[in-house]
Amino acid sequence: MRRSQNWLAHTVLILGALLFALPIWLAFCAATLDPAAIDRGELSLIPRLDHLGSFWDVLVHGGPGVPPVWRMLLVSFGMALAIAVGKIAISLLSAFAVVFFRFPLRRTAFWTIFVTLMLPVEVRIIPTYAVMGDLHMIDTFPGLAVPLIASATATLLFRQTFAAIPDELVEAARMDGAGPLRFLKDILIPVSAANLAALFVILFVYGWNQYLWPLVVATSPSLDTIVIGIVKMIGIDTSTEWNKVMATAVIALIPPVVVVLSMQRWFVRGLTEGEK
Amino acid sequence: MERRTIFAGWKLPLLLVAPQLVLTIVFFYWPALVGGWESLTRTDAFGVHVLFVGLANFHDLFADPRYRAAILRTVEFCAAVTALSLGLGLILAVAADRELRGRDLYRVLMIWPYAVAPAVSAVLWILLLNPQIGFIGRFLASHGVNWDYALNGNQAMLMVILASAWKQVSYNFIFVLAGLQSIPKAVIEAARMDGARGWYRFRTVVLPLLSPTLFFLIIVDLVYAAFDTFGTIWAMTQGGPAMATETLVVKVYNDGVVNLDLGSSSAQSVVLMVGVVALTALQFRFIGRRSGT
Repeated sequence: MRRSQNWLAHTVLILGALLFALPIWLAFCAATLDPAAIDRGELSLIPRLDHLGSFWDVLVHGGPGVPPVWRMLLVSFGMALAIAVGKIAISLLSAFAVVFFRFPLRRTAFWTIFVTLMLPVEVRIIPTYAVMGDLHMIDTFPGLAVPLIASATATLLFRQTFAAIPDELVEAARMDGAGPLRFLKDILIPVSAANLAALFVILFVYGWNQYLWPLVVATSPSLDTIVIGIVKMIGIDTSTEWNKVMATAVIALIPPVVVVLSMQRWFVRGLTEGEK
Repeated sequence: MERRTIFAGWKLPLLLVAPQLVLTIVFFYWPALVGGWESLTRTDAFGVHVLFVGLANFHDLFADPRYRAAILRTVEFCAAVTALSLGLGLILAVAADRELRGRDLYRVLMIWPYAVAPAVSAVLWILLLNPQIGFIGRFLASHGVNWDYALNGNQAMLMVILASAWKQVSYNFIFVLAGLQSIPKAVIEAARMDGARGWYRFRTVVLPLLSPTLFFLIIVDLVYAAFDTFGTIWAMTQGGPAMATETLVVKVYNDGVVNLDLGSSSAQSVVLMVGVVALTALQFRFIGRRSGT
C-alpha cells in the first residue's frame, strides 16, 4: 500500500519536473539550431553543442531591433538591484520607526503606507505615467525603478519581524547605552538577516521580471531590459530569428533562477512566513 | 503589537518614515488623484479643452459591450489560471510532502519556475504551441487539428491560460507544502488511528487544516492572473485575435497608451483600483482572523 503510494508520488513529481523543465530544454536546443530549420519546424530535443554561437552572438551583437544582450542585462541588473535594495532600505527604516518609537501621526503614517498594500503598478499605470511626465522622469533610469520602490509589503513584513523581538533585548541594548541607530545597526539588522535575504530574492525576481512599466515609461533602446528585448525580438511582422530569441530567453532566465536557487532555503522561509 | 520599551524622541522616527511616505504619496496617492480627476473629464476632439463630465466616463464604460465582455473574459481567465495553477501546485505539494528518496531535488525542480518572467514564459510556450514552429503546435496541425491561435480566439485563450498558469504553479507549490508541513504529525496520526485513510483522511482532516492557506493562495493567484500576466498576453497575442484575449489590464494599455483615450482608460484604472482594494480588504479580514487564532 505505502509502496505503491510512494511510487505514485514519484511519478507525479517526475511528470511535474518534466512539465517545468521541458520548455526550457526545448528553448536551449532551439537556440543551437539554424533559424531556417526552426522555421521549417525541425525542432529537436537534442542540442547541437557545436552550434552555441548564437549565445555569444546575441550577447555581443544583440538581435534585430534590440541592443546587445550584455547591455540589456546591465539595465535589468540595475533595475532589479535598485528596486530590491531601495525597497528594503525604505521599508526597514519606516518599520523601525513605527515599531520602536511613539511620534505624532504614527498611526496615520502607518495606514497611509498600508493602504497601498496590494495596489500593483499595473492598475495605476496611466496616471503614474502622467505624474512621471510632470517630474521629467520619463525615459530615464530612475523612472524605471523609483515608482516600483514604493510598496507596503516589505514594511509589513519588517513590522511583523520587529514586533516579535523580545522587549528584554531592547532593554538590554538601552542599558548598554545603545542609541536607536546603534540598536538598528548592531542588533535589529543582524537578527533579521534571514528575512532580509528572503525579501531580497523576492524583490530581485519581481524587479527583473517587470514588463508593463518599463514598456510604458522607457522608449529609448538604451533602457531596454532583457525582458522587454525578448518581446521586441518576436515582432509580429518581421521574420523572427527564433534561435536568437531563444538564446536571449535562456540568458534572461539564468540570473533570477540562480538567485532563487542559491538562496532557496531563506527564500522559502521568508516567503511563507511573511505571506508575500 | 504594542511594545513596552520604546525609544524617546519624535524627530528621528519622522525622518525615518519620511522616505517611504514621500514615495508612497508621490507614486500612489498623487497618481490616484490624477487618475480620479481624469476619469471625470474628457478632452475635446482637438485636444485643446478639458471638460468636466462627471460620471459620464463610467457610465459609457459600463454601457460599452466591449468593456463588459472584457470583464467577463478577465473573470474567466483568472478563474482558469487560479484553478489550474492551484490544482497542480496542490497535487505536486502533496506528493512532495511524503518521505521520498530525492525529495530535496524534487523541491528544487518545483521551485525554480518561480523565477521565470511572465513574458519569458510566453516565449517558451510559443515554442511549444506555435502552429509553424511549435513542438506541440506542429504535431496538432499535422494530425488534423485546425490549430492556429493567431486566428482562433478560443485557442488563443487556452494558450495564454496555459502559459500564465504554468509559471504560477511554483508559488502555489511552495505555500501548500509549507502549509502541509505545519500540520502537526499528531493530528495525522490520530486520524490514522481512527481508521481514516487515503482520500478520506485528506478530505476530512488535511484539507480543512489547509483551507486558510488555500484561501490566501486563491486571492494571490487571482491578483496575479489579473495584473501580472500582461507580459504573457502581450507577447503572445497582444489581446487578439479580435480581442479574444483582451483582459482588463490589456484593455487599459490599449485604450490609454495605444489609442490615447485618457478619460476612459483612467476610469478603467479607477475601476481596477476599487477591485484591488476590495480583494485586499477580503484578504485582510482573513489575515486578521488567522492571527487571532
